[in-house]
Amino acid sequence: MIEIRLHGRGGQGAVKAAEILARAAFYDGKVVQSFPFFGVERRGAPVQAFTRISDDVIRIHSYIYEPDVLVVLDPTLIGAEGVNILDGLQENGKVIINSTKKPEDFDFHGKNGIKVFTVDATKIAIEQKLGSASAPIVNTAIVGAIAKVTGLVTIGSVKKAIFDTIPRYQEKNAAAAEATFNQVK
Amino acid sequence: MKTVMNGDFAASYGAMTSDVKFVAAYPITPQTLIVEKLSELVADGELDASFVKVESEHSAMAACIGAQAAGIRTFTATSSQGLLLMCEVLHWAARARLPIVLANVNRAIAPGWSIWADAQDSISQRDTGWMQVYAENNQDVYDSILMAYKIAEDNDVLLPMMVNLDAFFLSHTSEVVDLIDNDKAKEFLPAYDPEYKLDPNNPRAFGALTSPEHYFEFTYKMFEAMEVAKKKITQVGKEFGDIFGRYYDMTESYKIDDAETVLVTFGTIAGTAKESVDRLRKEGKKVGNLKIRVFRPFPTEQIIDALKNAKRVVVIDRDYSYGNEGAFYTEIKGALYDANLRIDTYGMIAGLGGRDVSTAVIKEIVEKAETSEPNKTYFIGVKR
Repeated sequence: MIEIRLHGRGGQGAVKAAEILARAAFYDGKVVQSFPFFGVERRGAPVQAFTRISDDVIRIHSYIYEPDVLVVLDPTLIGAEGVNILDGLQENGKVIINSTKKPEDFDFHGKNGIKVFTVDATKIAIEQKLGSASAPIVNTAIVGAIAKVTGLVTIGSVKKAIFDTIPRYQEKNAAAAEATFNQVK
Repeated sequence: MKTVMNGDFAASYGAMTSDVKFVAAYPITPQTLIVEKLSELVADGELDASFVKVESEHSAMAACIGAQAAGIRTFTATSSQGLLLMCEVLHWAARARLPIVLANVNRAIAPGWSIWADAQDSISQRDTGWMQVYAENNQDVYDSILMAYKIAEDNDVLLPMMVNLDAFFLSHTSEVVDLIDNDKAKEFLPAYDPEYKLDPNNPRAFGALTSPEHYFEFTYKMFEAMEVAKKKITQVGKEFGDIFGRYYDMTESYKIDDAETVLVTFGTIAGTAKESVDRLRKEGKKVGNLKIRVFRPFPTEQIIDALKNAKRVVVIDRDYSYGNEGAFYTEIKGALYDANLRIDTYGMIAGLGGRDVSTAVIKEIVEKAETSEPNKTYFIGVKR
């Protein structure tokens, strides 16, 4: 069982990203579970969402405390007060960050075998006119990067999941996922 | 057909697959997406049923009572304060022997205001005459609603059934759910055709004034029906499994044969407990789990059989009977006493108001039981 924890801010669509990821894995024949942190969500406030992907039945129903993969939709969350993104991350865990920086620019890259991957999902979301230029919605874009980095899901299934869960601008959302799939490093 | 959906929708689709003809609901918080989805399914013509929006949960159940008495299969859903407001009519539905099915999202009771997981709502309705199921996952929610109608509508049962699902841990969690084809569902659950119903061409009185001459016997009949229901629940769970490949019973034992410590759990905690059992066994601890899936009627015989060889029985309650202990804890001890079993028991209150019960918390509970005085209640993780 692989456990993925997504960190974002209210309005970026972290919950939807977790759901699209789960659905894509389901299309690839996996057993899945996805859910939000059950809080009182406010725009801009730090939020978390979770996805479990497994070959067997998923019995556990609790938050994810020791993720294999971390996904950060908003780079300003790293080092933000009251937020510890890396909390519980497994040794050799992967961290996917929506950022203009390089993986080496993050001081935890390489520590405990942690591998950082970055992609400018914000730029891609703005190019595809997802959300507004000041508040782009990066959820669909980031799932493409998750597919590439983890190999847990195929990009084809990600696109299908986007078409099945996003009510509008499906083509643009799918294109954003494709772009991060190709650009993440 | 397999799909991915949250627990709320699993309940909605469970009602749709059961071919309910009448849904009454109050749509305001603490209501969930269950009835919103049903209203869509009715509006889109996918479900051929009347959807009645009422002014309170009390009215929702009252409307279901009227429709069910007229011979129609009904459904409603609610949660926490909403279920409490239904209390009076919950009793009425049960004593009128109307096999209504209700989905309740287990949420904490105010104050403080809470929308999070906690079984206090349904536990406080324990003595209304409703059968109670606690689902472990979204598939369980969906399947249990189908089975609920089959059990409730049995002529020797005729009691309403409440299917409970944990707030958020199921209601807002997306999981794989295998939906049953409508034709196959109809084979398992034929159309509702009650022997007694309100019919202008054959007038009868329902719920009339009942003197001491007869009231006692009405209650005795419910005792008999609950005893029959125990057998029916097991039987229907097996029949369901033979057709659809997923078997259900009143309880479920997991690795208890050689277990020294047996956890007793319900709802989503049961699933997390099974995962914990495997992890604790890797550490060399002989732990098992007994899931109580049906709380009313209470599966005394199955519980005794499952716990008879245990050294330690650790009951996790996501509820608290004020002034005493967890409701499940009391009843488990009662069952053990019936069988002259004097086993060390531990009442563990955990997860109230949506506090997460993770594998780490369950490990803490097992360690607490190993090192604490038996036959006492402990509040796990409480901040002092």
